[in-house]
This record gives sequence, C-alpha cells and structure tokens, in this order.
Amino acid sequence: MKAMAGKPAGIYVHIPFCVRKCPYCDFYSVADLSRIDSYVDALLHEMAFCEKPRVCPDTIYFGGGTPSILSSTMIGRIIDGAFRFFDMSDNVEVTLEVNPGTVDASRLSAFRDAGINRLIIGAQSFDDEKLNFLGRIHDGSEAKTAIREAGRAGFENIGIDLICGIPGREAGDWEKELKTALSFSLPHLSCYMLTIEPGTPLYSDMEDGRFSPVAENLAADLFEVTMEVLDRAGYDHYEISNFAKMPGFRSRHNCKYWTGAPYVGLGASAHSHVKGERYWNVRSADRYIARVSSGLSPVDGKERPDTDQQMIEAVYLGLRAAEGIDSRAFELRFGRACNEIFGREIATLSRHGLLESCDDNRICLTRQGKLKADAVAGRLIGCI
Amino acid sequence: MNRIRNFSIIAHIDHGKSTLSDRLIQSTDIVSARDFKDQMLDTMDIERERGITIKSQTICLPYTGSDGVLYNLNLIDTPGHVDFSYEVSRALASCEGALLVIDASQGVEAQTIANMYLALEHDLVIIPIINKIDLPSADIDMVKAQIESDLGLDPGPAICASAKEGKGIADILEAVVTQLPPPQGDAGAPFKALIFDSDYDPYRGTIVHFRVIDGSIRPRDRIMFMSNNAEYIVEEVGIFRIARIPQKVLSAGQVGYLIAGIKTVSDTRCGDTITHADKPCDSAMPGFKEPKPVVFSSMYPVSTDDYPELKDALEKLKLNDAALIYEQDASAALGFGFRCGFLGLLHLEVVQERLEREYDLSLIITAPSVKYEVVMSDDTVTLIDNPALYPDPVNIVQTREPYIRASIITPDRYMGAIMNLCLERRGINTNYQYFSSNRMEMVFELPLAEVVYDFYDRLKSITQGYGSFDYDLIDYRTTDLVKLDFLVNGERVDALSQLVHRDKATARARQTCKKLREEIPRHMFKVAIQGAVGGKIIARETISAFRKDVTAKCYGGDISRKRKLLEKQKKGKKRMKMAGEVMIPQSAFLSVLKTSE
Repeated sequence: MKAMAGKPAGIYVHIPFCVRKCPYCDFYSVADLSRIDSYVDALLHEMAFCEKPRVCPDTIYFGGGTPSILSSTMIGRIIDGAFRFFDMSDNVEVTLEVNPGTVDASRLSAFRDAGINRLIIGAQSFDDEKLNFLGRIHDGSEAKTAIREAGRAGFENIGIDLICGIPGREAGDWEKELKTALSFSLPHLSCYMLTIEPGTPLYSDMEDGRFSPVAENLAADLFEVTMEVLDRAGYDHYEISNFAKMPGFRSRHNCKYWTGAPYVGLGASAHSHVKGERYWNVRSADRYIARVSSGLSPVDGKERPDTDQQMIEAVYLGLRAAEGIDSRAFELRFGRACNEIFGREIATLSRHGLLESCDDNRICLTRQGKLKADAVAGRLIGCI
Repeated sequence: MNRIRNFSIIAHIDHGKSTLSDRLIQSTDIVSARDFKDQMLDTMDIERERGITIKSQTICLPYTGSDGVLYNLNLIDTPGHVDFSYEVSRALASCEGALLVIDASQGVEAQTIANMYLALEHDLVIIPIINKIDLPSADIDMVKAQIESDLGLDPGPAICASAKEGKGIADILEAVVTQLPPPQGDAGAPFKALIFDSDYDPYRGTIVHFRVIDGSIRPRDRIMFMSNNAEYIVEEVGIFRIARIPQKVLSAGQVGYLIAGIKTVSDTRCGDTITHADKPCDSAMPGFKEPKPVVFSSMYPVSTDDYPELKDALEKLKLNDAALIYEQDASAALGFGFRCGFLGLLHLEVVQERLEREYDLSLIITAPSVKYEVVMSDDTVTLIDNPALYPDPVNIVQTREPYIRASIITPDRYMGAIMNLCLERRGINTNYQYFSSNRMEMVFELPLAEVVYDFYDRLKSITQGYGSFDYDLIDYRTTDLVKLDFLVNGERVDALSQLVHRDKATARARQTCKKLREEIPRHMFKVAIQGAVGGKIIARETISAFRKDVTAKCYGGDISRKRKLLEKQKKGKKRMKMAGEVMIPQSAFLSVLKTSE
C-alpha cells in the first residue's frame, strides 16, 4: 500500500568527501578519500535501521561534499539499498550533484545506468578567475564540457549552480555569466549569492582584509539582474535561489524542505525531518562510520518544534517559495487564520510593496520582497 | 554634652571625602578590617561606583582623646549634589563643625567654596584638611595660601593628611575634640529634635535619623512631627555604629535614630522637628521645606511584561526615598509606565540607575519636563508636567514656567563660556562678584526647563569640571510654550513629545530628528522622521531602506539553525518599541534626552 495521507518523503544522502575543500564551503566534507568504501557500507547500514517516514519517498538526492567522487557502482549500491529498505514510490527523482572536475562522458553514462535521472552540475562560474577565487578544482571550459557531456549521456533533467557576488567582479560580468548559462538551454538553474560563512577559510581571508565582500547595493543589483534576465528567458523563479524552465523541472526533492514535507537524511551531518521531529547525525565521517558499524544510532541531536516554532518554519520557508504561504493550509494546520495573526504586518508590508496576495489565498513576496525575504519573514514572525 | 562632637565632612568632588570617612571609622576600631568595604558610608553600589554620596549615612565614633576622656564623635555624612542641597543643609544644621577637605594637588575648587559657604551659613567651625599629601604633585604651601586668600580662613589650624595612607588621622580626631565646640542645648527643656535623614528597614519600618536639640527621648514616649502633627509611640532609640545600637535614652546634643512604627519614609520629612506630643517645644527648627519634585519624566519598561516588576520596584524605592513621587501613565507606543517626579536630574538618574541595577529592569525614560502653569480661557489654571496632557492651544490664554536663581562659582577664565551657555538657555545675568583674584560667582535667572535639559553636563564640560552650580526656585514667569511632537512614518510617537519654548522648537526638533535618524536602524522600507508643532512640520530626516536581506541557501540542514536565529531575533525585537510600522530601539528614546556635545 503506497498511497497514504501526507506529503511524500525524500531521501537525502550526504557524501562528505571532496578532492579538495573549497574555501567558501561550510558543508561538512573531508579530503581524505580512503574511507569512502566503509562510508558507503555505513550508509547501507543506516538505511536498514533508521526511522522510516510514513509516506513512501519519491526522491533520492546525493549531496555533498562531492558525491560525484563516488564510483557508479557505489551510487548504484546506495540506490538499490534505498529501494530495498524504503517503501519507494514508483516514480523517483534521483539527483546527483556533480563537480565538473570529477566526471567524463563514460562516468556520466555509468551514473545514468546506476539509476541517476537528474544532474546538478556545480559549475559555479564560467570565469577562470572567479573559479580560482572560489578554489574550485575545475576551470570554465571543464564546466562547459561537463554540461555538454551530461546532455550527450542522455540526461534531460539537468541543472547548474552558479555563484554571484564574488568580490571584485562587476554586475555586468554577472549578466555575461547568466547569458553563457542560458546558452545551454538547461531546465534548471540555481543562482546563489556568495555567502561568506564564519569558520570558512574565505571568512578568515576577509577578516584579514584580503578582500572586501560586495557592497549591499551591488548585491541587490545582482539579485535584481538575475531575476530580470531569467524571467525574460522564461524561467520560473520558484524559490529565492532556484529557477526552473517548466514546473516539471523544479527540484522535487528540494521543494520538500520548503513545504514542510518529511525527509530522511543519511550520512554524516545529514538532517532529517520525520514524523514531526527534526534530528541530525554526527558531523564527522569517522564517528559516523564508527557509530553505525557498531550498531549505534548516528543521531547526534533532535528536537520536536512546538506549534510556535512550526509556525516560524512555515512562514520563513513558505515565503521563500513562489507559492508563498497558503493561508488556507496554514489555518487548517494551526487552527488560526493568517489574517488574525499577521493581518497588520501583511497590510504594512503590502503597502510598502514587499508582499502581495496571489490567487486570493496565498501570501507571496513581490520581487522587491524577495530581496528582503529574511527581514519580511522576521516582521511576520514577530507577530507569532 | 561636653563629650559629644557633631561634625560633617565636606569637599569638592574627588578630593577624598569618602576615603577620609573610611579611615576615621577604621581608626576607632568599631568595624573589623574583614567587614570593611572601601568607602564604608557609601552603601549603594551606584554611590560607590560614581564616587558620590547620595544617601547620607551617619556613624557614632567612640574616641579617647589625649586628655584621657572618652568622646562620642558623630560623623554626619552629606549627599554631594545640587539636587540634594536641602538635605545637605539639614545635615549641616545638625552639626557644630565641619572638616573641609582640600586636595593637596588640586587646591581650592568651586565646590570647596560652595560647601564652605554652606557650612558658614550654619555657623559651623571649619577645620581645613589638606588631603592627598602623599601625591608627588602635592603643594601644601599653595593650598595654605589659597585657604587664606580664596576661603578667607586661617590656614594655621589646617591639618595635612593622606587618608589613603592613614597619615594625619590621629591629628584630625584630636582636632575634632579640641577645636570643635561641644553641642549646646538644654537637656531639661521640652524635647526638640531635627530630622536630617531617614531610611527604611523592611522589618522595622522607617528609621528616623535626628539630632536632639533640647530635652531627651526614650522608648514609649509619645512624639509628634511638627510639620503635620502626626503622632507616634517610640519603640526604640539608639545610636549608629555600623549597626544600630539601642539606647535607653538620647539627650540634648546627641545624634541617633528612632523607630516608631512609621510605615514609609514619606511619613517623615527631612528638616522636620520632632517633639513630645504631651509637652511640645515652643517652636519648630527653622528652614523646613516640603520635598517638592521639580523634574518630571515617564518611565516605561522596555519589555511591557515587566510593568508589574517596575510597579513593585518603585514601591520599594519609595520606601526609602521620600522625594520620589509617581503615578500610572500610559503611552500608545510604550504601553503602561509611570509618571515620576524628582528633586532634579541627578535624582532622576539615581532612581533610573537603581531601578536598572537593583531591580534588573530595562527602562525607557521620556524627556524630563518641569511643571507649567497653564491659564485657560475660562480663567482656570492647570498645572501641566506631562506633554501628553497639554491642552489644545486654542483654549490657552497664557502659560507660565518656573524660573530659578542659579549661582555658578567658577574660575573667571570660563566666564565667557558660561555667559554664552546661560544666554543660549534664555538666562538673564543678574549679578557677578569676585571671591579672589580669579574666582567668581555668576548669578543668573534661568528657566528651570532649560536646566533640566542637559545643563549640568554642559556646564561641567565647558568649565572642565571647575564650575559648580547651585539653584533655588524663585517664581513663575510668562512664557511662550509649544508642544513639539515627533512622527515616524506619519505616526505620532507620544513618548517623544516635549513642551518647549517656541523660539527653541525648530532647533530642538532638528536636533531630535537627527538623533532619531542615528539611532533607529534601517528598515526594509524608507522611514521618515518629522518634528511638528500643531500640524506644521518643522524638521525632517529620512532613513533610507536597506536593499537586501535574504539568505541564499536554505536546505534540509539549514532549517533548524535558521529557525533558532529567527527566534533569537524575535526575542531581541521585544526590546524594540513599535511606533506604527517602525521599530524604535530603547537607545533612540534615551539619545534624545541629551545634546550631542
């Protein structure tokens, strides 16, 4: 029996290995590849005894780190494992994040044969200087090659990641990057403003005065340019940083995060959201392997958000998505009308052109509102 | 009576008054070194930190003189600020002598002179103490010359001391005995005593501090306060050591306390005369005044949930501070709070600091106001100290404001700067006189309203701390008052409204708008700040909107972290006040209370 009430779950598989750690990245990863085999074994172990979601999963997402560092055999083993241990849906979106520096035509084909049906290529940029600043292991032409090879390998659902707001680069340059990306006619684009996270080498460099982060005005211009250019090119801006050519090409997996759907996170540092509980695994790959292989749970911490906390999540995540906060669903879920809680703020923020109501039951950010999504969410959350 | 000496220590600020008190107490062995905190007499934290004494403390020191006689030396401490000059005068009225402490390197300063005059007014015998002689920069000869020329005192009996190192302490104690006269009084006459202070004990009620002028007092006596004829039965009388020491009787010349089931200190009046209910004395001691608040301000808790705590804290403070008055007040922007009346600005600051420190409250206070007389078209006179209650100007015939006579004692090199400051504050220079070749007194008549707005800080800064200031209320004078309102994105913020003289309105409005612009954080939309009189906008500032505030990535592992951040922000926002759609931080309300200099 596969049809049950509730949103279908997703499975996230974290592969914390990289050829080299990028200086801006704050995801957990290590550059010591010697433990990959035992890590994959541990993933299969964890699948066997982890908490299962109520509704059958319809996505598997390999994120990292650099999951494309794994062999297609390993990827295949993990996918097979998922089908063995989870009550998977009939139609599963299986995504692999790919570093252009780790793949060639034959590996891409092999991934496809192993069951991957969606690729996200971490191009980040096509400009060698920017890639150098970001410490990537590939150059611009390798990024382009990887995109072309992916298409030749038979993938249709392909997306790329791009980073804007790299210090020392002008807005005009970013438009050129977007045009290059558009030339591939890809169904999915993610455009991220470079975030300099505390604890990363890039952050230390900034603290040491080696570069200054882009000014707020430039950052805002970049975001506006992104929205304009991709809108003109026919992309649907379905989440703050995500654009899809047609609704069918949205990341089915990532949408689970923004809609409050359940997901099982497997691997070191992975987060899960199952049956109303949020929990996360130990951060270190070594500890993860040690725990799982000795039959212990890798879960490091957990919390069950109370009603107010769930409301905060619903507002913050809802606003990020194009569909906004569905006021009917909100009222059904929390037993209180959006207007009763947020009415005054919604009026204020609408008057200032930051919020609008769509299809008469959804509260959505305007384009200006998207530039200030966190602040807008903060105002609404202040009413809870 | 011959074995009693009653005296105070007076000094310019920082000349070492408190340290000297400590040494005198230590040298008489009534307190063990272990229990001793520096500056024993300043018991409030704020006093210890600011180095000023607000709440005076009294202590009776047993001392065996070189003549072999055991004396009781009553050291009556005095508060050290102009707001409390009445309290100082009551303390000095209870003494026969004073130690005038002068810093050996700083020499005679403004407050040295002001304090000496106050002591002379009460016919006290003054012993100059040249303190801090251990400092390398000490110049004893210079100070002696100043004592003669600036103070007109004989430098001969002056004692050189270093309170810090304990030098000269024995000489001072001996001089108190030999140079100061014993108290006069008739132990057989009807009981008559002067109240110079009171404090509150949660178990015993009000502790009244007094000096017996004539007669004597015992437990079970029925006493009467002469200002209001209130009667009480005495439960206990005693003297002050570090603790209270009960006595069977207190007689003429003695200084001590009484406990008589008096609920709050407001039931006693500093300067009041106590007598026997059955056999009263002929006349009360002269110089009694009711405590009269002259500065008014509203206090609101930053977090509206703290209102009950604020209420509770004010009730407790009031037990120990007869001069503090308050009543409930409400603001659209700030919620419930209290309108409070104070003796002056320092009194306001002390109350604010005690509430924040001792009661852990975070407060917003509104601009201090004086009490105006408003003559209405129906000939009634309304007293207004709260801008929120200011009547519609069409019904006002005349407004009057309180004036003070301000005496400023200063080295003459600051004369020009002081003249500018006082004229800028609508003052009239009525007199000036030289005390010595370069030290002078300037007398101004000033609107009190101009003094409560940052006057004392400005005076201190333009005279580099040398100018001292004292004032008396003289009368009410006709003025041209307007109510200045502030609007934030069109919404009037009632807690920012001020009553100001029409000529000052534009400047004050501009200055306040500028301050608010600096303190209100950027919003996601433009914020307009306007100053208005009536419907007319007279000043304006704009805070541009920020352009971007959005997290780039939000996936599975980011949700809990992001939510926690939002929860923290939400908590932080509780400390912000909403004026319509604009968030105003506490700092913005506080910044408008002072000029930028």
